[in-house]
Amino acid sequence: MESILITATQAIVILAVSPFLVGLIRKVKARLQCRRGPGWLQPYYDLAKLFRKDVVASTHTSWIFTASPYIIFASTLAALLLVPIFLSKVPLNFAGDVITVVYLLALGTFFLILAGLDAGSAFGGMGSSREAIVAALTEPAMILSIFAVGLTAGSTNLSTIVHKTALLQGVVTDPPPHLMALAALFIVTLAETGRVPVDNPATHLELTMIHEAMILEYSGRYLALIEWASAMKLLLFLTLISNIFVPWGIATEPEPVWMAFGLAVWLVKICGLAVVIGVIESMFAKLRLFRVTDFLGLAFILSLLAIIFFYILRG
Amino acid sequence: MSIDVFWIVQPSLLTVVVLYGAGIFLPPLFYRNPHVQNLVAHGAAMAASVAGIVLGLAGLLAPTATTLSISSNLPLLTFQVRVDPLASFFVLIISSVGLAVSQFAIGYVREFEGRRSIGALGGLYNAFLLSMTLVVLADDGFFFLIVWEIMSVVSYFLVVTEHEKPETRYAGFFYLIMTHVGTAFIVVTYLIFYQQTGSFSFETFGHPATPLPEGFRTLVFAAALIGFGTKAGIVPLHVWLPYAHPAAPSHVSALMSGVMIKTAIYGLIRVYFDFLGGTFPWEWGFTVLAIGAVSALLGVMYALMEHDLKSLLAYHSVENIGIILMGIGAGMIFQSYGLSNLAALGLLAGLYHTINHAMFKGLLFLGAGSTAYATHTRNMEEYGGLIKRMPWTAFFFLVGAVSISALPPSNGFVSEWLTFQSLFLSFQIPDVLMKIMLPIGAAMLALTGVLALACFAKAFGISFLAMPRSAHAREAREVPWTMRIGMGGMALFCIVLGIAPMGVIPMIDRITAPYTGVSIAGHVVSESGLAVMPGTGIGFASISTPVLAALMAILIPAALLASAALGGRLRKRHYKTWGCGINLKPRMEYTATGFTQPIKQVFSMIYRPTVKLETEMLEESHYFAKRMRFETHIEPVFQKYLYDPVVRVLNRIADRLRVVQAGSLHLYLSYIFITLLILLLWVR
Repeated sequence: MESILITATQAIVILAVSPFLVGLIRKVKARLQCRRGPGWLQPYYDLAKLFRKDVVASTHTSWIFTASPYIIFASTLAALLLVPIFLSKVPLNFAGDVITVVYLLALGTFFLILAGLDAGSAFGGMGSSREAIVAALTEPAMILSIFAVGLTAGSTNLSTIVHKTALLQGVVTDPPPHLMALAALFIVTLAETGRVPVDNPATHLELTMIHEAMILEYSGRYLALIEWASAMKLLLFLTLISNIFVPWGIATEPEPVWMAFGLAVWLVKICGLAVVIGVIESMFAKLRLFRVTDFLGLAFILSLLAIIFFYILRG
Repeated sequence: MSIDVFWIVQPSLLTVVVLYGAGIFLPPLFYRNPHVQNLVAHGAAMAASVAGIVLGLAGLLAPTATTLSISSNLPLLTFQVRVDPLASFFVLIISSVGLAVSQFAIGYVREFEGRRSIGALGGLYNAFLLSMTLVVLADDGFFFLIVWEIMSVVSYFLVVTEHEKPETRYAGFFYLIMTHVGTAFIVVTYLIFYQQTGSFSFETFGHPATPLPEGFRTLVFAAALIGFGTKAGIVPLHVWLPYAHPAAPSHVSALMSGVMIKTAIYGLIRVYFDFLGGTFPWEWGFTVLAIGAVSALLGVMYALMEHDLKSLLAYHSVENIGIILMGIGAGMIFQSYGLSNLAALGLLAGLYHTINHAMFKGLLFLGAGSTAYATHTRNMEEYGGLIKRMPWTAFFFLVGAVSISALPPSNGFVSEWLTFQSLFLSFQIPDVLMKIMLPIGAAMLALTGVLALACFAKAFGISFLAMPRSAHAREAREVPWTMRIGMGGMALFCIVLGIAPMGVIPMIDRITAPYTGVSIAGHVVSESGLAVMPGTGIGFASISTPVLAALMAILIPAALLASAALGGRLRKRHYKTWGCGINLKPRMEYTATGFTQPIKQVFSMIYRPTVKLETEMLEESHYFAKRMRFETHIEPVFQKYLYDPVVRVLNRIADRLRVVQAGSLHLYLSYIFITLLILLLWVR
């Protein structure tokens, strides 16, 4: 009973907080451009409006186009339920580890790629094709970078990693591999969530898009579900970075007070990371597509080096 | 669980042989009616497959192995079979794939009616299934080689079914040569054993009176790896596979890719873990792991560049054999360091992937066969929009694509995850080099997995989605129900293997336990039966596909409900896709070539693409092209740098030797005379 309650609370927190992060990054960017920017609640208004709007679907599409938003939404949320947020031991921990999280996200990516191809538009195909190569280069780096940290904890299950690291009370046992893994995971975060310098979420030019090109044909509630899922994906990556590398403050036992404290600490951490992303987006330009692959290759090499260094330093 | 099933083994084995025999010899009797021939041949194959499934299950659950033998009056040869867990597992794979494929074949071979003898096709098909079953059951080296050769030759005849096409004849010839090169090495393997033990019996191979010297053991390892590796399609011995598998009729391709190459995996496990007793230096395991990793990565990369749906699937067989060998290689490395639990885990991962690959690759080949049946082309650039015309085929193909891409909660996910875990658990090895090498293997596996996802997003997206790209695709119609049931059966096998690992793992554990000395099913499957958690009781990691499936089954309807709650009733309008103001035509769609262009560019080191672009400009202006011609090829590295030089040398030697064989009768008589003289001098 308690585990169902905690899982449900986690789902509600995820759904409620994720659009806020998108708004926060936009706000930071606006401030750095000396604009006031839209209000804090704007992403919520956008979602509410999209849900109420009519859907226009292309006559060329099949049931894949209709089913994909639901599958993407569900797989992203399922992946997030395996990630510790305010309690280090999530009840669903036994159902999947970091490889499962990556492959659940891949399930969403797979259907998003198919949806991009379904309408028959060249823009959708272009987005799908680019998403495929970006995913191919980031997902191995994601598995390896988290595994490099998991080596210290002796597990690939996220809860075990976070729990054991949290119990260390601020002692970092293997600093060099952890730093490399952190750098790799940060690059992966930028790429997987469609951020500058890999993709530009604010672009209006179809030829430069990746994520936006794939969902060009979507409207109404389908678009709302996909946008919400993207926001959740952003939340997932920021949570991974904050809770794997600096889990301190997270509740290690299911005590309501500590969980509330853990929630507050987590919110501060991910908001801080969102501000960092906003600053990066304002400082850098988007890379050319074929330069992106070098950037992502760096993440792959860094994560592999993290593992090698772990073993070499430990002997 | 072990029940007394001895009394099932013997009769079911007899039934299998008799029914396949009936499938071989009865169809020619009905030569007047190809339809009856079709029903008799494939009906017999289905019945034999059911008996084979019973045999496989009984053999897996039986407490002891059953041996049956018929002695022959030929020297060295006894027809001896042995039903032990390893053989039974492969019989189970062959028979379950055989059942679904035979069902599919009833509809599929009707395409050949009038063009080919259905009796011959059906008879060969039964002979193929029977020979594969006997290959894994054989308990005598000589008998094994005979059925192995029958399997190779019968599959050659099946490959060249459409021999009027020159490319099919080339594929068949290439296959015939390569498979015999492989067989030669297997013969060498068994001859070494014979020379050392004085018997062809597998029992003596495994328990020789005096152990084999170290040098011979290494020789056996290498010869078996090359011999069986050629059949399995490991890089660089894979080159025949993308020619031969697509050239065969699709139901035969499904058997070749799904099942036949697995007999090589069987052979490797039999030789390394049974004959050589599972004691070997770590270098062997590392060799297998490295070959597996390279095969996996190169297999998927070449698959990405294929636009012939069946060739694409054939390259994916190279990839998946690589993944299987990574599991087995990791198991061998652990075995060398005495880490029995982990050795069992690696073998478990490899064997689990073996049965999974048989199912989803069989399913995908049947799907490719259905699209070829409906469109009369294998080129996916001419497909498109098939999901609307062939909804069932599309759905089944999607199930196969999700499974082969290892997306949760599919069966491919479970076995790839187990492989990941066995590679990550390398930290228990005392040697730092191996500690590092295994995670590098995991990195290659991760890259392979995501590239496979990209490849199947391409294969499904370009073939089944968007608008039809050709008249073939526009006029496609759904395949008959006989074929659909076959695909549905395979899809069901995939789903069950995915959400019920707790049922499969104890079965495989019965195979690995005798070789590693430990039973790990109790560690790997949690007490509730829901979760899979390797790590020998230390809880390194865990997954639960039934829970993940349930989670998706709750969250998708929840998303539907939430949308309804937030937005009310769905109001949907249909309108054409936006095409920048002009009407969208199929020619404007993204092609398979375009889709993989970024991947080709990023990995151009491996592909070495050559591009030829000819542009003819309008006379009036140099800015507008009148006609463009674009050609792109990737370099077939292995054929160009490895096979072509060998072929050139062989041809040169053959040219020289022609002098000896000048066609003159006198010369030949003098050869005989000289030979006789030499022999007389020799024996005196």
